[in-house]
Amino acid sequence: MKIENRSLPQANPFTPEAARIVHTYHLTEDVKFYQVRLVDMDKALSFKYRPGQFAMLSVLGAGEAPFSISSTPSRPGLLEFCIRRVGTITNALFRLKENSLIGLRGPYGNGFPVDDIKGKDIVIVVGGLGAAPLRSVLLYCLDNRDQFGDVSVLYGAKRPAEMIFREEYFSLKERGDLDCHLTVDADDTGAWKERIGVVTTLFPYLKKVNPPNTYALVCGPPVMYRFVIKELLKLNIPKHQILMTLERRMKCGVGKCGHCAIDYIYTCLDGPVFTYWDVLHMRELI
Amino acid sequence: MRILKLKKNDLFPFLEVISKEAELWAPVKKGDKHVFEHVQDFFQIEMQTTRTIIPPKRLMVPPTFNTFTFTAKGYKEDLSHITKKILFGIHPCDIHGLLTLDKLFIQEFIDPYYQRARNQTLILGFSCWPDEHCFCRSTHTHIIEEGYDLFFTDLENYFLVWIGSSQGDDLVRLMPDIFDENLSNKDIQAYILWQQERDKAFKTEINFITMPDLMELEYKAPFWEKVGTACLACGSCTMVCPTCNCYNIVDKQYLGGKPGKRIRHWDSCTLHDYSLVAGGENFREKKSDRLKLWYTHKLQAYVSKYGKPSCVGCGRCLVTCPVGINVKTVARALEGKEVDAFWNRLSREVTK
Repeated sequence: MKIENRSLPQANPFTPEAARIVHTYHLTEDVKFYQVRLVDMDKALSFKYRPGQFAMLSVLGAGEAPFSISSTPSRPGLLEFCIRRVGTITNALFRLKENSLIGLRGPYGNGFPVDDIKGKDIVIVVGGLGAAPLRSVLLYCLDNRDQFGDVSVLYGAKRPAEMIFREEYFSLKERGDLDCHLTVDADDTGAWKERIGVVTTLFPYLKKVNPPNTYALVCGPPVMYRFVIKELLKLNIPKHQILMTLERRMKCGVGKCGHCAIDYIYTCLDGPVFTYWDVLHMRELI
Repeated sequence: MRILKLKKNDLFPFLEVISKEAELWAPVKKGDKHVFEHVQDFFQIEMQTTRTIIPPKRLMVPPTFNTFTFTAKGYKEDLSHITKKILFGIHPCDIHGLLTLDKLFIQEFIDPYYQRARNQTLILGFSCWPDEHCFCRSTHTHIIEEGYDLFFTDLENYFLVWIGSSQGDDLVRLMPDIFDENLSNKDIQAYILWQQERDKAFKTEINFITMPDLMELEYKAPFWEKVGTACLACGSCTMVCPTCNCYNIVDKQYLGGKPGKRIRHWDSCTLHDYSLVAGGENFREKKSDRLKLWYTHKLQAYVSKYGKPSCVGCGRCLVTCPVGINVKTVARALEGKEVDAFWNRLSREVTK
């Protein structure tokens, strides 16, 4: 009698791939931008993902954590992340210089249903660091501009210095093919030329929307969702076309460790993008 | 499937032979309870046991083990903790517990650690008799149709042995002479009688059919606050549950250039930091919210995915929780019945 493997597992899905930080700079005092490339060039070019998906990044000795991908799959090769310094792993990441190696596995999660959104008008509502995951879908739309209808962006940050990618957004305002409104809760610089107030105060400036043909994409701090959703519902945007991407504790990214469980789903497999109907249907989402 | 007869005296010689093939793990006594251990002396094996303290999930996913060794060069998979095992004396509820874990770990992204350990373990099930806490009849996990290599039913004078797999058949063929293929009508009658008597012996019943709806309807019921107040957030219920799978991952570094380790250890959804994310947002700060997650998972969520509860009726939470929060008392409370449990008496007996 032999006790042997009835079927051998294929590649270990938990193995981090070696990736190189090719470029990094500060977006704000405690948020840094990272351009990362898988060391294996074939893998770097064949890395397929959807806007809104995330990856698990490992720093040798510090551990592993999930980060949403800020780059767009329409520009393959490099993966971009913007990372706020908040804990052990992000602190370790902040210490790494360009050309350092990290571990990367993914992509995970459902991402935004870009194929469903094609041909539709899009309203993107961003709060603070919510710009990180939404940047992926925004750039994707802009890179395929002819495949989408009207694109509007409402972006609110606490202070001008905390608005990440603000230069990118300033230049978006120069483009004639989208509608972009920026605001800060308070201007401590005296040089802020855009609006002042929370992000919901931008809704009156929004062009008239055609609700059945409109998708709203929302990401921001947990407290923001209720207020923004209220405004979107006032515009009659259907519940299942209000999409939001949510944050949860994750240790595996592949539906095993349990931490991101909500009701009968795992945020890492069935999310992180949910609709407002999901929110009504499931407990504890927002 | 073949069912054979084995004389009681022939069991130990059989275990002797098969234990040369792999580590033999079986229930042994520990204090007044039982645990699964690697046994050398077969006389230590306890046949007439109920549940062990920790379910056999710990042989598939140990409480702590290393998943990767890492150096500056990268991560190297570590499967060194996995050995070939024969698990003897596992009861139907615990076999169902493993089948439940299979659905989670061996699907979509396959967990190589669990899968390897599972594949290298032969399951030799053993029949049992319920005590007052067993309710596997309510979860329909008192009988098994799959998930074993051999299964022994303990009748008065002999064992009936079910062969459940090709590898189980290999084991029998190591000592073919001691197994008798000829079952008389009397043997069949004896088994039917045993089954009837066993089914009558259950003292705890829970109506799981109504639980998904009740979890929904009673989600904001006041008793959850009582349960949350009494809960010690110790995590014991999740440690002893055969279907609890949550884990955490931590990296360990060592001085002197030794390779680091990426350690995986059991975690519990009842612990405070379970849903805490970087930056300080805790999605389940309240104990009652964390307990609701546990019971949603066991009684409702798993049902909506797989059509049955993620509870196998082993009764471990009944005998383990120090304040009486368990599937039985929570199910009673969901049904709107008066519950005589410490968590329900707490305000009367302690706060005053």
